[in-house]
Amino acid sequence: MTALSHYLLLSALLFSVGLAGALARRNAIMVLIGIELMLNAANLNFIAFWRFHQNPASLDGPLMVLFSLAIAAAEAAVGLALIIHLHRRFKTTQLEQVRNLRG
Amino acid sequence: MSLTFVITALWTAVLAIAAMTLRNLIHCALCLVGTLIGLAVIYLQLDAQFIAFSQMLVYVGAISVLVVFAMLLTKSSETQAEPRGNKAWAHGLGIASMVFLVLAASFSASTVGKAADPGPRELPVAALGQSLMTTHVLPLELIALLLTSAMIGAAVLALHDRPKNPGDPRPNP
Repeated sequence: MTALSHYLLLSALLFSVGLAGALARRNAIMVLIGIELMLNAANLNFIAFWRFHQNPASLDGPLMVLFSLAIAAAEAAVGLALIIHLHRRFKTTQLEQVRNLRG
Repeated sequence: MSLTFVITALWTAVLAIAAMTLRNLIHCALCLVGTLIGLAVIYLQLDAQFIAFSQMLVYVGAISVLVVFAMLLTKSSETQAEPRGNKAWAHGLGIASMVFLVLAASFSASTVGKAADPGPRELPVAALGQSLMTTHVLPLELIALLLTSAMIGAAVLALHDRPKNPGDPRPNP
């Protein structure tokens, strides 16, 4: 049987990959994808800790993941709308070319 | 470590790395979809069926389509001027690998990761719904409010395109 630490290791790897991408990529959409990966890593942690918890009646982990899913959906919608707006204003989604605060 | 976990973990990790490093953005989005499906399979292995299906619906079904639409609308797949091996990658990889090392070291040092397996669990959806309607009703309402306002905000942001100056030739939809 797989131990909890393996799931935690996978989650840490996903989080680091997402963080590296969010820091290094220049395209705003790629930064958003990196953030989604980090959110997913946190969700995996919640589910893994729930699965290995000793109290069978505890449902806090899955509930937290459900709320996190809803927040991720809202975040993606607003983030992508912002990116589309950015593209209209600056004709680019490369983050280092967006320098003016007032467009 | 079971074989199914090794396969799905490898699938998820490799596709996540591909999603962050490939140059063509559409390929990145497809790799992201693969990563999210792999995570759903891992949720199934962790006996959280309902969460796995929610993950498929919300992430694989909705968010990835949203990402692809944003790429199409901003024509991002055509611009690939992103030189590799630059300073940003060095910084990003350095910070991320330090974060990974700290996380891995901290939970390999703790006893949490070696907790005894309590045996197969089941996720009772009825109890989940009951909990959402009783003890967690306030967060549920707040999430509903947040989603509604986020949707209105996204529509307002994406629809309105007021010309900044009178001579702006851009059409106003």
